[in-house]
Amino acid sequence: MATSVTPAVPGRRRRSPLARREARWAYLFLAPWIVGFLAFTAGPMVASLWLSFTEYDVINAPRFSGLDNYRQLVSDPQVARSLGNTVYYAALHVPLVMALSLGLALLLKRVGRLQGFFRTVFYLPVMTPAVAVGILFLLLLNTQDGLVNRGLALVGIDGPSWTTDPGWVMPGIVLMSLWSLGSTVIIYLAALQNVPGDLYEAADLDGAGPWTRFRHVTLPMISGSLFFTLIVNTIASLQMFTEVYTMYFGNRQTAGSFNSDAASFYVIHLFREAFQFLHMGFASAMAWLLFLLILGITLAQVKLGNRFVYYEGEDR
Amino acid sequence: MSRKLRATALVGVLILAVSGCGGVGGGGDSGGGEKGGGALSTMGLSLSDEIATTRVDAFTRDHPDVRLQITEGAFDEQQFLSAVASGNPPDLVYLDRKLIGTYAKRGSIQPLTDCVGEQGIDMGQFRQSARDQVTLDGTVYGIPEFSQVRVLYLNEGLLKRAGLTVDDVNLADWAGLPALNAKLAAVSGGRLSRIGIDPKIPEFLPMWARANGAEMISADGTKPNLTDPKVVEALTTGVRLVQDQGGWGKFKSFRDTFDFFGAQNPLAKNQMVAWPMEEWFLNQAAKNSPKAELVVKPFVDRQGKPLSMSSGQAWVLTKGAKNPKAACAFVKQMTATDTWLAAARARADARKADKLPFTGLWTGNTAADKKIFDEVYQPTGDKRFDDAVAAVRQAQDVAFAMPASPAGAEFDKAWTDAVNRVLAGQQQPGPALARAQQEATAALDKAAG
Repeated sequence: MATSVTPAVPGRRRRSPLARREARWAYLFLAPWIVGFLAFTAGPMVASLWLSFTEYDVINAPRFSGLDNYRQLVSDPQVARSLGNTVYYAALHVPLVMALSLGLALLLKRVGRLQGFFRTVFYLPVMTPAVAVGILFLLLLNTQDGLVNRGLALVGIDGPSWTTDPGWVMPGIVLMSLWSLGSTVIIYLAALQNVPGDLYEAADLDGAGPWTRFRHVTLPMISGSLFFTLIVNTIASLQMFTEVYTMYFGNRQTAGSFNSDAASFYVIHLFREAFQFLHMGFASAMAWLLFLLILGITLAQVKLGNRFVYYEGEDR
Repeated sequence: MSRKLRATALVGVLILAVSGCGGVGGGGDSGGGEKGGGALSTMGLSLSDEIATTRVDAFTRDHPDVRLQITEGAFDEQQFLSAVASGNPPDLVYLDRKLIGTYAKRGSIQPLTDCVGEQGIDMGQFRQSARDQVTLDGTVYGIPEFSQVRVLYLNEGLLKRAGLTVDDVNLADWAGLPALNAKLAAVSGGRLSRIGIDPKIPEFLPMWARANGAEMISADGTKPNLTDPKVVEALTTGVRLVQDQGGWGKFKSFRDTFDFFGAQNPLAKNQMVAWPMEEWFLNQAAKNSPKAELVVKPFVDRQGKPLSMSSGQAWVLTKGAKNPKAACAFVKQMTATDTWLAAARARADARKADKLPFTGLWTGNTAADKKIFDEVYQPTGDKRFDDAVAAVRQAQDVAFAMPASPAGAEFDKAWTDAVNRVLAGQQQPGPALARAQQEATAALDKAAG
C-alpha cells in the first residue's frame, strides 16, 4: 500500500496548536487597536479622500466635483500663504529646538545628584495645556508690558511688537514653541547616558579634544535619537494648531478682533474652511495635500537619515 | 459556546465599545407627536445665571410632559455640524444671530413659518434689528433673544483733567477727532499709558461706516459694499486714531492688559478716556467702580444723531428635529414677555441681595423691555448710572444689525482681515478693502450658488 507523504516545504513550517492559539489570542488583544484604527483613522482617511473630490458642506450630501478642490488649492493665495508660514515655522522651529535641546541635555548630563530635579523642571512645561501656553505667551510677548520685552529693555533693547508686527509674529511663535522642548531634552539625555564610556576613554587615549569627542563619538552614537526627533518635530511643526489658534483666532468673545495673516498656519486655515466656512470638501483636499507633503518630507528624511544614522549592531 | 464563538462575541462587544453610541441629539424616543410632549434636546444654552434658569424653570413647570435635555455650554460649530452630519441633531440650537444666514442657506435649520403661525408668536414684538438678523429672503429662521448694543463710555474725571467737558467729545465731528485724541491720550517716550479715543476696530467698523452713511453689505446680505468711499473713510478715520497713539503694536498691547471684569478695570485705573463698547460694561462698572466718574452717551453719526449696533442670540430649529412641537412651545415661552419679566425680577432680586444696582435687561423683545422698565427697574439714585441706563435704552431704539447673510462668516473674515492688514501697516485702507470686496463677492456668489 502506497503511503502519501506531504513533502516538507522549506520555510513554511506548520505551527503547533499552541502557537496558533497564542496567535489567535494575540489578534484578539490587538483587536481594540485594530478596530479603533480602522474606525477612527483609516476609515476617516478614506472618507476624506473621497470628500476631497466633492463639494460638501457637512449638511447636504456631497456632490462630486472632480478636481475642482485641487485646482483651488493651487489658485487660492491663502493656501499658499498659510503653507509658506507653516514651512517657515518648521524651518525655524525644528533646528532651533534640536540644537537647544541637545545643549541642555549635554549640560544636564554633567549635573550630578540634582539631575533628577532638573529633568523634572525641564519636562514640567510640556505638561501645560496648549491653550494655557497660548494665553500665557500672549501676555509674555506683550509689546509694552510683556516679560520678554522688559527683559530686553534691561539690556537696552527696545523689543519688537511680537504679536502685531507681521515681521515679528513668526519669531514670537517660535519663541513660544520653545516652551515645550523638554520632551526632546529628555530623549537626548537618555541617548547621551547610553553612550558607552569606554568610547570616550579610547578617544581620550587617542588625544581627542572635547569637540572631536563630541563630533566623532557623541553625535554618531545619539544619531538615532537625533533622527527620531527630527522626524517627530518636523511632523508636529507642520501640524501646528492649538497654541496659535488660541493666540490669534480662538477667542469667540473677540471674534472679529485682531488676527494676522502672518499667523495663518495651514491647519488653522484648514480648520476654518471646514467648520467656519463649511467647505469640508476643500478642507479634505487641503488635508490630503498636507499628508502628502509630510509623507514626502519624512521619506526624504529617512533616505537622508540612512546615510548618517548609526544603529548599534547593524552592518555598515 | 465554542471557543471560536466566544472570541467572535468578544470582538463584537469591543467593536461596539470603541465605536460608541448616542450623541448630542440624545437619541432616545422621538418627539411627542401632536401634543408636543416627549424629549426635547437643546444645544448652546448655559444655565449659568438666573435669567436662563428662571425661564427654563417656567417651561418645565408648564410642560411637565416634556423631558428637557439641555446640553450645556456655548454653541460650538464643530459639535453642531458633527451632530447634523451624524443625523442626530438636537431639536433646538441657541446661537449667535449672525450665524443664521449661513446655516439657513445650507438647509441645516428649518424655516419657522409654521412654528410662528401655530404658536401665535408675534414677531412684531421683537426689535427690528433682531428680526433682520433672523430673517433670510423674507423667511424667519430664528426667534431672537437679547439685544446687546454699543454706547460711548467717557471717563469724566480724565476729561476734566484735560480741561474738557463731556460735551467736548463730539464723535460727529470726524475732522476734529485727531486733535481731541491728542489732548486725551498720554504717549511719552514711545510708551502709551492712556488711550484717548479707542475706535474699537476691527469689531466696530460697521458702526463707524454706518455713522458715515454707508452699509457694508446689502440689506439682503448678498452684496458687499466694502469699496464704498464712505467705508474707506470710516476705516481711515479709525486707523488714524490708533496710529496717533503710538501705532497698533503699542495700542493693542496696552489694551490687551485691561481687565474689564475686575476692580482694576481701565475706568478705575484711568487708562481710557473715551471708548465705544457693549452695554454690559455698565454692570461691571456698577459692581467694581461705583464711584468712578463714568458718563455714558449714545454713539452718534456724523449728523449727531444717536446710533448703535446690535447683536444677540437666537433659537433655531434644526433640520431633522424630532420634536418640533415642543421646540416651538419652548422658544415661545423662553422669549415671551411674561417669562422675561419673571427673569428680570429674579435678576433684580439677585442684585439686591448682592447690594448691586439692577441696570436693566435688554431682551430683544420691545414689549418685555418696556414692562421690565415699568415694573422692575428702579433708578439707583446715582445720577451717573441712571443717566447711563437711559442712554443704553435710547441706543436700543436706534440700533441696527448686520443682516443675515448666506456667507456671513466669510464676509466677516474678508473685512476684518482687511482692517487687520491696515492696522499692521501692510496695506492702505483703499486697497485692503478692495481685496476684501473681491474675497467677499466670491464667497457670497458661491454661497448663492
